[in-house]
Amino acid sequence: MQDRGGVPTSEPIDRTEHELDDWELLTDALVGALGAGGIMNVDELRRGIESMPRDEYERAAYYERWLFSIETNLIEKGILAPGELEARL
Amino acid sequence: MRFALGQQVRVSDRPHAGHCRTPGYVKGKTGTVERVHGSFTNPETRAYGADGLPEQPLYGVVFAQRDVWPVYAGPAGDRVVVDVYEHWLEKA
Repeated sequence: MQDRGGVPTSEPIDRTEHELDDWELLTDALVGALGAGGIMNVDELRRGIESMPRDEYERAAYYERWLFSIETNLIEKGILAPGELEARL
Repeated sequence: MRFALGQQVRVSDRPHAGHCRTPGYVKGKTGTVERVHGSFTNPETRAYGADGLPEQPLYGVVFAQRDVWPVYAGPAGDRVVVDVYEHWLEKA
């Protein structure tokens, strides 16, 4: 799902704030660590998010999209094997 | 820097495959350079693991909302400022 801006919608925009859950904070920290370690940059993060199928993208929460992209990028780089995360859950 | 503050520019409406930071809603639209941010590595190549060199100049380009959205119903003076890399801009 690329170039989402300006796509018409009849859904109201959810502007409510919420406290971040631990997994969201950890996801943010993970992206920071991957960037600092030279493993994944922010443009790769964004490109991975854009590679999500549209229906999955629309269903996913903000940091769920980050998780999708982290997994996509780490599989591309050979750091994770396909299915490795699911197998450990 | 190819463009200067206050200069009119048009965003290219060429198609692009892959990651791109230029939003589709300003493609083909004409705006005015309001800020010259400097030069930065190119996200279109960095998104695929490259170093993003050579750096590309980045501009803050202001558009009238009524030019961007055909059905815009807000005040005529409403603006939107979009950061656009030089290789997406043409002389207007």
